[in-house]
Amino acid sequence: MADIRIDAVRKSFGALEALKEVSLDVREAEFVALLGPSGCGKTTLLRIVAGLETQSGGRVLIGGRDVSALPPRARGLAMVFQNYAVFPHLTVADNIGFGLQMTRAPADRIRRQVERAAALMHIEALLTRYSAQLSGGQRQRVAVARALAVEPAVLLMDEPLSNLDALLRLEMRAELKSVLAAAGTTTLYVTHDQTEAMGLADRIAVMHEGRIVQIAPPVEVYRHPRTVFVGGFVGSPPMNFLRLAVTGGAVQLGTLALPAPAGRDGAVMLGIRPEDLALVGPEDGFGFRVQVAEPLGPHILATGEAAGQMMRVAIPPDHPVRAGESLHLRPDPARITWMDPDSGRALGAS
Amino acid sequence: MTGRRALYVAGVVVVCAWTVVPIYLLALGALGGSKTVYAWPKPFLPVGFAAENFTAFLHIAGIWPAMLRSVEVALMCMAFSIALGAPAGYALARYAFRGATVYRLVILLTRAFPVGILALPLAVSYVRLGLYDTPLGVALIHTALAMPFAVLISASLFLGIPRELEEAAWVFGCSGAGAFRRIVLPLALPGIAAAAIFAFVISWNEVFAATVLTVRNKTLTAYLLSVLSESPLQTQLAGGLLLILPSVFFIFLVRRYLFAMWGIASR
Repeated sequence: MADIRIDAVRKSFGALEALKEVSLDVREAEFVALLGPSGCGKTTLLRIVAGLETQSGGRVLIGGRDVSALPPRARGLAMVFQNYAVFPHLTVADNIGFGLQMTRAPADRIRRQVERAAALMHIEALLTRYSAQLSGGQRQRVAVARALAVEPAVLLMDEPLSNLDALLRLEMRAELKSVLAAAGTTTLYVTHDQTEAMGLADRIAVMHEGRIVQIAPPVEVYRHPRTVFVGGFVGSPPMNFLRLAVTGGAVQLGTLALPAPAGRDGAVMLGIRPEDLALVGPEDGFGFRVQVAEPLGPHILATGEAAGQMMRVAIPPDHPVRAGESLHLRPDPARITWMDPDSGRALGAS
Repeated sequence: MTGRRALYVAGVVVVCAWTVVPIYLLALGALGGSKTVYAWPKPFLPVGFAAENFTAFLHIAGIWPAMLRSVEVALMCMAFSIALGAPAGYALARYAFRGATVYRLVILLTRAFPVGILALPLAVSYVRLGLYDTPLGVALIHTALAMPFAVLISASLFLGIPRELEEAAWVFGCSGAGAFRRIVLPLALPGIAAAAIFAFVISWNEVFAATVLTVRNKTLTAYLLSVLSESPLQTQLAGGLLLILPSVFFIFLVRRYLFAMWGIASR
């Protein structure tokens, strides 16, 4: 067990600045997800922590030890790769035992730990097989077992579930969470899938254009996005943003007047999740004109227009909605996030 | 059959005829003996079987030492090509360096100069270096001829081995050299063996440089060139057939990797 400290790490590829002074502390036994769209620098950051990429500046500390200049093998970590990277010429057992073999551990200890890791991932029956004889899901299990077998201080995972089909991904996600929680391994997990990050992580670090824009527990990231980008990227469907004018300390959303955040003039951006809008009577809400209604099961997703701006609303499934209909909605005042329309940052947040 | 398809089939037939017909005539004359060689029109199958062609060929004075020398030269060529070509191929496959594309083309350029042009200056420098008329000297020029293929074949091999496998090895405790030895090499070995065999075949078949750069210590092909003209036609044909057998056999063994060199997926 060890903590990870990423201290002002920069990385540039020629003129391209992939990482701009990124700092992040992962506490002991904590699971942190690096979440962001492709090209945001999350994989580069993970690879710098692993030692597979050299930073242009800054330091990486693992368990208080500066590992910035050490090769990957000297950093005391294990990694699960996106394409599994199961060695094709070794059996499953040899793959899982590879890391221990390299430390010249005694044979009976290797065997014991291989069996334990295989049991954790439910692949005991596959130990004598080769990679080519395994399915994608089984390969991923081998890759995770190989990482767990060395009992690493730190575990790095690079989009480990992205090559699995949807159902398998759901199953592996739950399994990973319970196995890693039981092992208490400090984990840094890269993903572009916000559901995965929300489901697995203790804290999510949302990355955008080479920076960490918010780091917080999943629910906080979801409820109180620090920027318009975070609100749009986390959550499916994304958060609604409406640009509104402030007049006399209030904003007018259709026929509904809402108190504006204190001390604002000009314009603000109102951020509200689709499920935080309630259906109300005509005098209590603002008008919303439905353009498309998609019955999704748990709710009906209605896409339409309010105050001349695009908006999505999650409507209870027992309330029939058709395209062309007009509804009246009222936002839950506690769930509104006010943003600065120019900087795209949340008001009141530092 | 559409026009394009007809053109395609015609092309295949021409290419096959180009290589198969001479080999067929060669085999026909070698197996059939004098009766077949001078018969006209040619029979489709040899008339009788003339083993004496082969025994006559194998009894030509000096043929065994020449064959041994050929093997020696080919083995050296094989070792040099792999020792130099495989690392070059690895560098081409794994590192993005300035001029990699140019380098790739320049490698092929060594094949663009006919040995005939190089022969005289080469012979002069070989005399000066003491390499003239030695197996090592011939092996070196053969290495130069085989190297482009060794480099390109091994580059395509290493490209086929995912980078992630090496990175996983590094993370799980290997040094750079250790990861190469434990992961990359075992995976590339069949292909490297194929590149080696190909280098062997190139050296085995090469005749011009071997003729120009040697006097007494000739390789089999060069030796036969000077000796066979005095033998009857059917013995020459028998010699020719024996000579191409190893090449045909080996090339057949490694064909998959030769396709890979040109980027044709064959798996």
